Amino acid sequence: MSETVSVPVASGASSRRGNWWGVASFGLLAALMLVVFPLAMDVFRLGLAAKYLCLGFCAVGIVLIWGYGGILSLGQGVFFGLGSYMMAMFLKLEAAANADSSSGTALSAFFGQEGLPDFMSWNSVEKLPWWWEPFHHVWFTVAAILVIPPLLAFVLSYANFRKRVGGVYFSIVTLALSAIMAIVIIGQQGYTGGVNGITDFKTFLGHDLDNDRSKVTMYMITAGLLLLCVAIGAFILRSRLGRVLVAIRDREDRVRFSGYDPALFKAFIFAVAALFSSIGGAMFTIQVGLASPSLVGIVPSVEMVIYAAVGGRLSLVGAVYGALIVGWAKTFFSENFVEYWPYFIGLLFVVVVMFLPTGLAGLLDRLRGRAAGGGA
Amino acid sequence: MNFDLMAMQAFTGLSLFTILTLMALGLAIVFGLMGVINMAHGELMAMGAYTTYFTAMFFAKFLPGLFGIYFLVGIVLAFCVTFAFGWALERGLIRFLYKRPLDTMLATWGLSLILQQLFRQFINAKEVEVPTVSWLQGAWAVTEGIALPLSRIFIIALAVVTAATVYLFLYRTRWGLRIRAVTQNRPMAGAAGINTERVDAFTFALGCGLAGIAGSSFTMLASTGPTTGQAYIVDTFIVVVFGGVESLLGTIASAFMIGQMQSWFEYTMSGSMARASILLLVIVVLYFRPNGLFASKVRRA
Amino acid sequence: MSNFNRRQFIKTSSAIAAAGAVPFPMLNIRTAGAQANTVKVGILHSLTGTIAIAEKSVVDAEQLAIEEINKAGGVMGQKIEAVVEDGASDWPTFAEKARKLIEKDKVASVFGCYTSASRKAVLPVFEKSKGLLYYPTYYEGLEQSPNIMYTAQEASQSVIAAMEWLMKNKGKTFYMIGSDYIWPRTTIKIAKAVLAKGGGKLVGEDYYPLGHIEFSSVINKIKGAKPDVILNCVVGGSNVAFFKQLTAAGITGKNQTLLSLAVSEEEVSGIGADNTADTLTCMGYFQSLKNGANDKFVKAFKAKYGAGRVVGDTLECGYIGVYLWKMAAEKAKSFDVEKVVAASSNLEIDAPEGKVKFHASNHHLWKHARIGTFQADGQVNMIYESPLIEPNPFPKL
Repeated sequence: MSETVSVPVASGASSRRGNWWGVASFGLLAALMLVVFPLAMDVFRLGLAAKYLCLGFCAVGIVLIWGYGGILSLGQGVFFGLGSYMMAMFLKLEAAANADSSSGTALSAFFGQEGLPDFMSWNSVEKLPWWWEPFHHVWFTVAAILVIPPLLAFVLSYANFRKRVGGVYFSIVTLALSAIMAIVIIGQQGYTGGVNGITDFKTFLGHDLDNDRSKVTMYMITAGLLLLCVAIGAFILRSRLGRVLVAIRDREDRVRFSGYDPALFKAFIFAVAALFSSIGGAMFTIQVGLASPSLVGIVPSVEMVIYAAVGGRLSLVGAVYGALIVGWAKTFFSENFVEYWPYFIGLLFVVVVMFLPTGLAGLLDRLRGRAAGGGA
Repeated sequence: MNFDLMAMQAFTGLSLFTILTLMALGLAIVFGLMGVINMAHGELMAMGAYTTYFTAMFFAKFLPGLFGIYFLVGIVLAFCVTFAFGWALERGLIRFLYKRPLDTMLATWGLSLILQQLFRQFINAKEVEVPTVSWLQGAWAVTEGIALPLSRIFIIALAVVTAATVYLFLYRTRWGLRIRAVTQNRPMAGAAGINTERVDAFTFALGCGLAGIAGSSFTMLASTGPTTGQAYIVDTFIVVVFGGVESLLGTIASAFMIGQMQSWFEYTMSGSMARASILLLVIVVLYFRPNGLFASKVRRA
Repeated sequence: MSNFNRRQFIKTSSAIAAAGAVPFPMLNIRTAGAQANTVKVGILHSLTGTIAIAEKSVVDAEQLAIEEINKAGGVMGQKIEAVVEDGASDWPTFAEKARKLIEKDKVASVFGCYTSASRKAVLPVFEKSKGLLYYPTYYEGLEQSPNIMYTAQEASQSVIAAMEWLMKNKGKTFYMIGSDYIWPRTTIKIAKAVLAKGGGKLVGEDYYPLGHIEFSSVINKIKGAKPDVILNCVVGGSNVAFFKQLTAAGITGKNQTLLSLAVSEEEVSGIGADNTADTLTCMGYFQSLKNGANDKFVKAFKAKYGAGRVVGDTLECGYIGVYLWKMAAEKAKSFDVEKVVAASSNLEIDAPEGKVKFHASNHHLWKHARIGTFQADGQVNMIYESPLIEPNPFPKL
């Protein structure tokens, strides 16, 4: 099942113009996220924007693996979830350690043994499991968020790509993975919080997470990290590695005959996407204040693909817009048309696929091409 | 575990096998033969279930004397309604997307959201009760300890009939020949005078109609509500992919294997862990058989 | 509220109010939601997604209560204006909408949530933003937030009574089955403790993922184990599958004692009364209860939403939640959250489920546990009614 949307990878004369356009659109996005949003929105709306941006991390990763790698992953929720849960474990342990001082819920302090997360004591888990222990330390947590998901993604996908599990089969493997992860999290509720997820954090390294200033700060950090991810993605695509990747997407056998190991490249880019998702998940947990299995399963994983599709599967910047637009559309329609919003969202997907196969970015490209006299 | 339980457990496996087969047949045609990833397949099953529900209401109101046969009528109607819907869907949406299979997934995902909300708003936000006709209630007591639910026996029979009909249709009729010709080599089929567009619409509609039959018969076992389709869709896809996308026989074999795994796993461990184990096993098998259990040897461009 | 004295008032309010509680909460008056002639409240349930099946009708009940109150002149002369938001069966969305209701709409109170997961997701929001939530679903307990009022029974208020009654009247070997999440697991944990104390025996225990629809293996297991009683903690759409498949396998209320803790009249309308007939249920409220308040409630509900509709436990708890808030606000003469909460202590209401009242301090209601048999028409014939049970969200097992 090879996609037939072909993209000219910037080369020769058009590359300079492509370059300029790329930098300009990146700058525009940066200005929008770092200046316009914080000025134009109140803290509540900014918090929502932060939430959408966190999902944008996954969308950017999906552009890399799907748009340029030709791999459709329906399991980005797994990596988002891993990042999210690891951050949640850290925050929960911090909250549990300060349980008595931080809030008036004396009863939960009474119920929770020293430093044990509340849901564990409800499930009569007596002792913190060993794999929770390291998450007392912030540096371990950060390192784990940055290392474990990509490593896992690499090992898993390399094994599969070596065996040439590809196309829709790989999609189903990732789909099954996200289903398994959701089931295991729900099933092992003594250690994971089950369906409820992990909630009710108080502070992050002693900083209150809920005052306006820390919210704005967290938003800015999220936006900065996301821009960094977009930049890293662009850098990878512009490097030779990126070209090999596109070559693999379009004619994998030829690349293989040329002496490359396509599996290695695909697994690498898959790991990068997993890294992005994991960061997104961690930032999501800090800002939204919970880690939930509802962000791990199949539905969110498919939605993340849709963000990328709406923005344009070939545009890293577009993916961010995609996440913002779909997120906003959801919020806007559900606030204003409580009973009707699924129609709007459903129609949005249908219309985008029908009329904008390359997403909004593709639309812009076409307009630009027309403006330039049909060039490029 | 004594003999009675073992027999009933074997029957459970058989029943699951036929349920999965019914679920997957339609998708195997739509996905396997046409390459369309129809995420709204579950909603089509729900549509079949709702059709059965309305048939039941109609019979209860206007033909109470014939209520015993409503279910058979309901299955036929479910097929007709989803077939017609499938046809319209293919003409209105899917046919523009044949060159972009993954896009069909996104578009039909949107469609499934819309359909769910339509069910919720215009039929009922809650589950509706689809009555089981009296002759399918209860169980057939084979011996003292072995009782086999009639509804499951009915589904087994229905699955056999449906699968056989689909097979005969595809391999023994002119329409079937056309369908196979078009899915194997579209330009040649077109050159030979086959109206490929009509065949496409027909094939897709047939797949949808089979979903309708499945949804209709499942009303005896499970709930009928706006999100009913969501409960089926993942299993359906896994069965089809596990079997090897292009092979109808593979789909049936994979339904058999997954059905057996499910029945024995659920017997020996907790339901949640059984489910996770099945999915894990699917991943492992796909690792060793990257194109599904019964990958056809056809080389794809 | 007769035994409400000043000392207790100070004790509760300072225990309840989080940091910076003031003994005289009048000092920090907030004009939460109090506009010219209306007071805004939020309704936050899933109108879409998998849980909408259960939650949509709760919204109906809450809106009925609001309409009734408005017709009768509102709360302290102010009409209630409801802002409805959709949690979409997605817990982060619940958190988002809760924040929106409190911070943007500045509602005086929110009626909402159904699943524990959604409540857990909004709890930090309510605590930090000092909102007030009335939660209408029977749940697992183990929680007592200063910003949440729980109008349904916590686990120990139904399962302990149910288990004791079952062991006394029906037998001592149990098969327990539940959906795989916190409410069934906690409920079954309490049930097992009661069972052990009473010398009963557990012959099987199983959990299935939410939304699971294939129960034939567990039915075979049940047939093999031959328990005296099946304790059913399956929730939602899975119940339809569970009951239909039980009936098809020849296990019915006639030949097997089965008690459900999460099946009300409402669920029966989806399962089919044929399939639930003669099985037992334990709830705090049945539509068939005979008293003036209930007659009025059922009549009003049917008049507004159609004669075919039925009401169940959660609907009733949602309905009385609105009234409890109104009464507390009037008693406190304020919409201020802390004052409303303080005034709720020992607040008594003549509800469709009978006279019930808030506990002095733990935000839960004193409730009756009621056991009944499902009839062929889907209604319940009550066979046992406990005295008012004190809520104890943190039971010692």
